[in-house]
Formats: sequence, C-alpha cells, structure tokens
Amino acid sequence: MTDDGKQRKSGLTAFLDLCRETLELGGKTLDFLSTAMRQMQAPRRPPEPLAKSGRSEDRELETEAQIQRRERIGTGLVICFFLLAVLGGIGFLIAYWSGRNNTQVLGGSLALFLCGMGITLVLWARLLVVQKEAVEQRHPLQSSPLAQKVAAKAFCDGAHDIRRRRLLAWMGVGGAGLFGAMVLSLLRSLGMSPDKSLYSRIWKGGQRLVTSDGKPLSLSSLETGSMVTVFPEDQIGAERAQTILVRVKEHLLQLPSERAGWAPSGYVAYSRVCTHAGCPVGEFEAEQSILLCPCHQSTFDVLRAAAPTGGPAARPLPQLPLYADADGTLRAGGGFTAPPGPGFWGIS
Amino acid sequence: MITEKIARQASEAIDSRLRAAKFIRTALNHVFPDHWSFMLGEIALYSFMILVVTGTYLALFFHASSAKVIYNGSYHALDGQKVSVAYRSVLNICFDVPAGLLVRQMHHWAALIFLWAILAHMARIFLTAAYRKPREMNWLIGLTLLVLALVNGFFGYSMLDDLLSGTGLRIGYAILISIPLVGPWLAFLFMGGTVPNPATLPRMFALHIFLVPGLITALLGLHLFMIWRQLHTNYPGPKRTNRTIVGSRLWPAYTGKSIGLLLLVFGVIAGLGAFFQIDPVWTYGPYDPASTMAGAQPDWYLGWVEGALRLFPGVNLRLGHWLIPEIFFPAVLMPSLLFLFLYSWPFTEKLFSKDTGDQNVLRLPYEQPFLTAGGAGLFIFLLVLLVSGGDDFLALAVGGSVVEIRTILRIVVLIAPPCAAVLTYFICVRVMRRKALRTRMTSPEASAEAAAPDEMALEPRPPVDVHELTPGGE
Ligand code: HEM
Ligand code: FES
Repeated sequence: MTDDGKQRKSGLTAFLDLCRETLELGGKTLDFLSTAMRQMQAPRRPPEPLAKSGRSEDRELETEAQIQRRERIGTGLVICFFLLAVLGGIGFLIAYWSGRNNTQVLGGSLALFLCGMGITLVLWARLLVVQKEAVEQRHPLQSSPLAQKVAAKAFCDGAHDIRRRRLLAWMGVGGAGLFGAMVLSLLRSLGMSPDKSLYSRIWKGGQRLVTSDGKPLSLSSLETGSMVTVFPEDQIGAERAQTILVRVKEHLLQLPSERAGWAPSGYVAYSRVCTHAGCPVGEFEAEQSILLCPCHQSTFDVLRAAAPTGGPAARPLPQLPLYADADGTLRAGGGFTAPPGPGFWGIS
Repeated sequence: MITEKIARQASEAIDSRLRAAKFIRTALNHVFPDHWSFMLGEIALYSFMILVVTGTYLALFFHASSAKVIYNGSYHALDGQKVSVAYRSVLNICFDVPAGLLVRQMHHWAALIFLWAILAHMARIFLTAAYRKPREMNWLIGLTLLVLALVNGFFGYSMLDDLLSGTGLRIGYAILISIPLVGPWLAFLFMGGTVPNPATLPRMFALHIFLVPGLITALLGLHLFMIWRQLHTNYPGPKRTNRTIVGSRLWPAYTGKSIGLLLLVFGVIAGLGAFFQIDPVWTYGPYDPASTMAGAQPDWYLGWVEGALRLFPGVNLRLGHWLIPEIFFPAVLMPSLLFLFLYSWPFTEKLFSKDTGDQNVLRLPYEQPFLTAGGAGLFIFLLVLLVSGGDDFLALAVGGSVVEIRTILRIVVLIAPPCAAVLTYFICVRVMRRKALRTRMTSPEASAEAAAPDEMALEPRPPVDVHELTPGGE
C-alpha cells in the first residue's frame, strides 16, 4: 500500500522532471542524432568473417555514463513522440466531433497519432530496453524413430478394432459421392450451366435498327463516313446487343461474296462488343475506315467485314446482315454472324 | 515488485485452468531474428489486419446491388443521373458517412501495401532460399495467400459498379470464359451469366468480404503456426548455425518493436488515405454498357496481366469445331505456368541440390548466383509486362505510336529478362569472389569456420539463465 502511494507520487514528480529534461535535452538530442548519423557514415570496421553481428555486442562496450546518457535521451525522445501522438489524438476527436468530415484533417491527425505511438514504442524498444542477444538451441523437428512408430501404431491399433472395415470404406465412398452430387447440384441454382444467352446472336430477322432513344433509322439517316450505335427494338441499351452502324462508300466495300447483299447503300453493321476482351469498340476513324477498341487498341477494318488489322484481337467483329424495306427503313436480315463478345471453346 | 506480484498471480490463474505455465515461458522467450527483411512478412500481416478493420466499416454502408436508382445525394455533379444502388452507396460513403472517404481510401491503400509487402516478402524468401526443408509447406501456403490476395483485390475494386470496375469485370469475364472446355461454366458460376447481369455484384461481395478473407485468415493462421513451430531462419553470422536461433526475445524487445511497426504501418496508411486520393469513382461516373473509361488501368498488382494481354499477338487456336481464344494464352496460360513454376520450385531445386536435412541458415543472394539470376530475370519480365500495361500512356509520353511502342516492348520482354539474368549472375560471382578473398585476408580461422558452420552446433547447450526468464526482475 505505502509502496503504491510512494510510486504514484514519485511517478508524478518523475514525469514533471522528465518534461523539464525533455526541453533541456532538445539540443543534446540533435547532437546525439548528428553523432549517430556520422557514425553511420563512418567507414566500417574491418569486415567480420560473415554477416555483421548484432547491435548487442556494441552495447556491451558501452560505459556506465554512456548508458545513462542513452537512457536520458531516450526518455526525452519517447516523451516528445508521445506528446505528438496525443496532439494527433485530440486533433482527431475535435475533427470528428466538429462534424466537418474533412478527410485530410481526420486522416492527418489519425496518422499523427498512430505514427507518434509507433515511433514511441520502437524507440522504447531500441533505447530503453536492455538489449541482449538471445541464442537458443533449436530442438530438432523430427521426433525419435520410436515416437514415430508409436504414433503409427496407435492408428493401426485403433483400426484393428474396427470390424467390417471394407464395408465401412465402401459406405464412406458412397456417402461422400452422394453428398458431393447433392452439393454440386446446388451449383445449378447459381445459373452455372451456360444457357442460350451465351450463344444468342441477339437480332431476329426483320427487326428495325433503332438508336438509344428508340428512333428507327432509314437509308437517309447517315452521311458517308459517320457512325451511330444502334440496338434491336426490344433490347435498347443492352450491352451485348450494341451494334455499330457505319455508312461507307459502297464501291470500297470488300465483303466476302456470300455477304454481298448485306450492305444496302453502303450501310454496314457490326457488333460493338470487342472480340478480344469485351470492351465496347468506341471509335470509328473514317479516313482509314477502321474501328478502334480503346481497351487494348485492337483495330478492325470496316470495309473488309471487320477483320482484325492490328492489336491483340484475333477474330472479326460479328456482322449483322442488313436490308432496307419498301419505305427505306433499315432492318436486320437475321442474327449476328457469331455470338458477340470474347471467344470461348464452343463458340463455333 | 508490483509487476512481479501481478504477473505471478496472472500466470497462476491461467495455469491452474490451462496448464499453460510452460507455454507462457517458452512463448515469452521465443527468439526472433533482428534482420530488417523479417519485417516484410509482418508488414503484410499488419496491412491485412487494417484491411479487415477498414473493410468491416465499409461493409456496413455498402450495398452490392445493381438495381437502378436516380442519384440525388450530396455530390451534385451527378444529380438526377441513373446509377446503381451499389454506386450510390459508394458515393454515400465518400460524401456523407463521417470519415467514410478516409476509411475507403485507407482500405484501398492498405490493399496496395498488402500486395507490395507480400511480393517483397516472397522475394526475400526466394532470394535467401528460406523455402528449403522444413519450410516447403509454408512456401506453398504463402503462394496460395498471394493468389487469394490478388483475386480479392480484383473483387474489391470490381464491385463498385463505376465505369472502371465495369471494364475490369468485362475483362475478367473474357478471361474466365476463354478457358478451354470449362470456361463458360466457370464464368457463369462466378458471374451468374454473361456480363453485365444483376447476379454478379452480390457474388463478388460475398467472395470479397467473406469467403476469400476467411480463407486468408485460416491459411495465415497456419502460416504463422508453422513459423512458430519451426522457428525463423537466421542469416549466416557468428553463433548462427543450423541448430541455433539468434535474435531478440518476444518479451520485451520484440513485442515493443513489432507493435511499434503495426502502429507505423497503420499510421502510414492513414496518412496515405488522408492526402492521396485513390480510385475516385465519382470522377469516373457510373457503369455504362456503351462506354469504356479512356486509359482504364487495373491496380498495379494486376498490371502485368494487362500488359501480357496487350503484347500477345492476335492469334488464336482452332481445333476443328473448337476455339482457344487469343486471350487464353497471355491471361490464363502464362500466369498458370508462372505459378506452377513457383509452386514446384522448392521441389525442383531438390533435384539439383545436395542439401539434406533441415536448412535453418539462409543463403545470401550472391552465394547462389543461379537462383538470384533467375529471380532477377523473372522480376524484369514482370516489370516489362507491367510497363506494357500502360503502353498507350507510354506512347503519349514519348511521342510514338502505340503500334511502334508495342513492337519495341515485344522485343524487350523477350530479350531483357535473359540479359538481366546473365548480368546478375556475373555480379553475384564477382561479389562472392571478392568476399572470399577478403575473408581469407582478414582472418584465417574465420574462413575455416565459414567452411564448416555446423561445427558450432556441437558446442554444449548453454545453461538456462534463470534471471533471463524473469524480465524486469532486477
Ligand atoms: C498474406 C500474405 C503473407 C503474410 C501475411 C505472411 C506473413 C509471414 C510472416 C509474419 C512471416 C515471419 C516473418 C518473415 O519471415 O518475414 C512469414 C514467414 C514466411 N513466409 Fe510468409 N506471409 C505471406 C505470404 C507468403 C508468400 C507469398 C510466401 C512465399 C511464396 C511466404 C513464405 C514464407 C516462408 C517460407 C516463411 C518462413 C521464412 C523464414 O523463417 O525465414 N509467405 N510470413
Ligand atoms: S477488349 Fe478490345 S482490344 Fe482488348
């Protein structure tokens, strides 16, 4: 009890003492740091045979006076950083409760608190803890051969006590297999089996081409050299249904012969989903007649059925057959030539 | 005095219930090496803790739903726009939740530091051959942790339903679906259909905040348990042999340093979160199927895959009716081979090395020129790929066309790694020769010791110093 009281009192005075010392030590600390810096830069002692030994051996050479000095300065430093941390902590509380929600002030004061505390602890561990190099024997990981044998025997003995072991094994296998099948069935709920949506060619023959606000397009809608994104009437805005409609000079087109009738008045349409990794192929460069994908810079030749001409894509963009009906409205002549988007095993 | 009394009472109370006295003693005396490179694993561990803490806070405010709503919150630039519930909840975290933006930015920074620390940690394990017996298991667990960390990072920034994450998800889908035979099944299993679809975000969310972190926690427990059981390795040096461990004890020196490090890592991440904006999704805008963000980039730890996607030429493989798409080779095959190599390395090395038994003393990188050269080659390979991931920016910066830059990078990615490896090899050999020369000149007996470090192990075991076991007992 008396012990306690004495400690508390001496604790308080010690704290005040230390605060005073801290201030006095300001200058000395700088001294200390600069000597430390100089020591670090000083040429090393002749190299030791293997890697350098730990710090502890230097410590053992410290004189009593040096130890006292280190501990005094250490105390000063530790208190300085703790006070910084306190400042940060109070700052954070004020910043939070003021309701301003300022990220820089909140985070800055939090960082100040945490770094202050962190440095305090590290300094403490380095300067105010007696450094001893500990050397311990490792126990070999492996047990004695006898112990290993005994362990194996314990298992075998137990196994001996089981009757009809083969039946148990078969039941185990059967049960596990059944349970596996049950669990795997549940995966179906995740929509695991790829359904028609994967193979869908999106467009149905006869559907009108409409813009994102639902306006149908006709033969007079586009100038040569311009482009617009269109959708089937029933899937406006759907990612996989995005289609590029471009108008080019008809005589420049070099479509394969079986697609000859797919480009009324120089209108051609391709899927807008890149066959490489699925980004929207956003840019049309009219002079070179290429479509450019912004993701990895693949290019597709509009005049030659969107064949890839550069970059990492290997397959052409699927083409949409077009025709114009009696009053000139553009309509799909069928689905895309392939499912849109990146390739997969069974894309055919 | 007082401390002694409390300590005795506490240990008595615990021991009488758990018989833990012996464990407490050995635990407090556990020896940790003092070398700085052992901090890398700790930094990874601490940034993971910070991820869990900040992530929990965010999860309380984030809603993983792609249902559409009209935005009407504090960020007026997007007023009246159609956005998803998920994106709106992120804006809410950024602009309305007190300290929300701070925590969000800390979370993202912590993820970057986590991966940086894991890779640096792994590099140190590799270059010092710390994966040798008995630590092969920890190499395997560690690699799995790396894979989980990479994947979870991707899930994290792909759930926000902003324009950038949408681009990432599309590419992730394309990569999954490209796998021969099972690709479409895998893609539908993880994403619930072709992208985008409403099932995807909730799945990412469950994986990102529950399944993957749970796996990481479990494997991390195993990782640390094994280190505890096997004890750390030591760098070569006096008194460090295959049968000793040299360093500071857990109590008190290591405890102080380690908690200090935890606070510092936390503090640095808080500072980054405060002052360095990261992933500002409000400037990207909501996900929009018709657009891609210009210059979209993944986080740096996936940049090498992006680079490989760009450099690999546009060729695919047709097997009759079947297709192996171009994207499979750089994005699935190359990383798989890389990880296959890494997973099997400790076992491959055994075929060539004469090491037998436990290896508790590390090798220095220059002492094993082949390994270090291989590591350098691998590093340069990944670095070139990482740079290639931003080849469009590079082209802008140096004023060439993307096509030219890409051609150059294709050559560099093939030539630079072997060059780096050869160069590293010769540097190592040179350093090794020089050290050997110097050692022989300075101390003849030391070189004898270096030749037979195991001799030291035959020393009698030092008697246990009772006073060392009762800290603060002076
Ligand atoms: C989530 C990521 C990881 C965390 C949090 C982690 C944590 C740690 C920690 C704290 C240590 C002890 C200190 C040290 O040696 O640095 C350690 C040791 C070790 N780690 Fe990891 N690690 C991670 C990933 C990895 C990876 C990717 C590998 C290698 C592929 C790996 C292999 C090892 C090995 C072999 C040791 C024993 C090293 C020795 O005793 O010298 N770890 N890990
Ligand atoms: S997604 Fe179009 S080039 Fe990669």
